[in-house]
Amino acid sequence: MSENKKNWPLWEIFVRSKNGLEHRHFGSLHAADADMALENARDVYTRRNEGVSIWVVESKNITASNPEHNAEMFEPAKDKIYRHPTFYDLPDEVKHM
Amino acid sequence: MSEKEIKNLEEIFEARIARDEKIEPKDWMPEKYRQTHIRQISQHAHSEIVGMLPEGNWITRAPSLRRKVALLAKVQDEAGHGLYLYSACETLGISRDEMYEQLHSGKAKYSSIFNYPTITWADIGAIGWLVDGAAIINQVPLCNTSFGPYARAMVRVCKEESFHQRQGFEIMLTLCRGTEKQKAMAQDALNRWWWPALMMLGPTDAESVHTEQSMKWKLKRKSNDELRQQFIDQTVPQADILGITMPDPDLKWNEETGHYDFGEIDWDEFWQVVKGHGPMNKERMKARVGAWERGEWVRDAAMAFAEKNEQRKIAKSS
Ligand SMILES: [Fe+2]
Ligand SMILES: [Fe+2]
Ligand SMILES: [Fe+2]
Repeated sequence: MSENKKNWPLWEIFVRSKNGLEHRHFGSLHAADADMALENARDVYTRRNEGVSIWVVESKNITASNPEHNAEMFEPAKDKIYRHPTFYDLPDEVKHM
Repeated sequence: MSEKEIKNLEEIFEARIARDEKIEPKDWMPEKYRQTHIRQISQHAHSEIVGMLPEGNWITRAPSLRRKVALLAKVQDEAGHGLYLYSACETLGISRDEMYEQLHSGKAKYSSIFNYPTITWADIGAIGWLVDGAAIINQVPLCNTSFGPYARAMVRVCKEESFHQRQGFEIMLTLCRGTEKQKAMAQDALNRWWWPALMMLGPTDAESVHTEQSMKWKLKRKSNDELRQQFIDQTVPQADILGITMPDPDLKWNEETGHYDFGEIDWDEFWQVVKGHGPMNKERMKARVGAWERGEWVRDAAMAFAEKNEQRKIAKSS
């Protein structure tokens, strides 16, 4: 093994299972470059027609929120019940609303 | 973090699992949870990868094109299973290379069943029927395990396994409906694979160490002995359909318990194989390590090519 040997980087794989649906995270794999990541993703994650489109993103390029900060991050939305239609009191006679 | 704070976090963590919440990779988790999962998931991955070897032995000698494409697809699935699981395991902070290193150095184990040889074509039928059958029994409960990436990988694996078992059973069925000689081949394969398949479900409850903790973390939902009984109960009637018999004179239906009684398992054999003294342990590791080493120049060349392309792109755009 040479000194500055580089291993194949890790890629995150997103697959659209059919048109009309969004790409969804399927897992990850190692590949030397994006083209190889696409080919490997096809073999690893779509052997039975599970997809019509694949995105690959090198894992190091993903910035993720930290679950330890979930309180600051997501709780402010919790008490904003006025963002939901049920917050508004309307008489029963009002139809189609 | 103080001991009290950790204790508190652990309680919150256990409560989340008890509520059937999933744990995701970046969530706080007890070190023991992380280590236990790294061990179990990586060993599971290794089993899928080494599991390709006994079956790969017959790809070039499959008796027809139909059997050959099926076996090839099955073995390719097992490679896929290994890759789903390695990728799930990496989210816990261990690198792919570390896992390979553990497998190749013998530090990590893989399922002992793959240390038995595949000497006739009937063995391919017996493996699909019995080994994949036992694997399904092990894996279905794991689709609900607490660690999200593992559970998701298991859902994909389980969807693919039923084809494996059916193709194996079909091979057995064809042999059993064939000539006397073919049927004898099927019986011989059953004789050799039955006991190792029962051992595959793990040591008896009395001897198995991590069960209680694993139950809590939903890494296990039924004990080894319960899973084994389930496997026997569902497999014996299938052998009846084939018209061959389990190599166990003590096997018989127990009206009272509603289960099959069965004979003593030779646990000495099991531990011998686990410790590396099975018929094929050395052979399997030699094949695996050899493939890895012979592939090194390919991996290096692909990386060098990718880097060259990257530099070319940068040069063009500047
Ligand atoms: Fe598998
Ligand atoms: Fe498996
Ligand atoms: Fe399988």
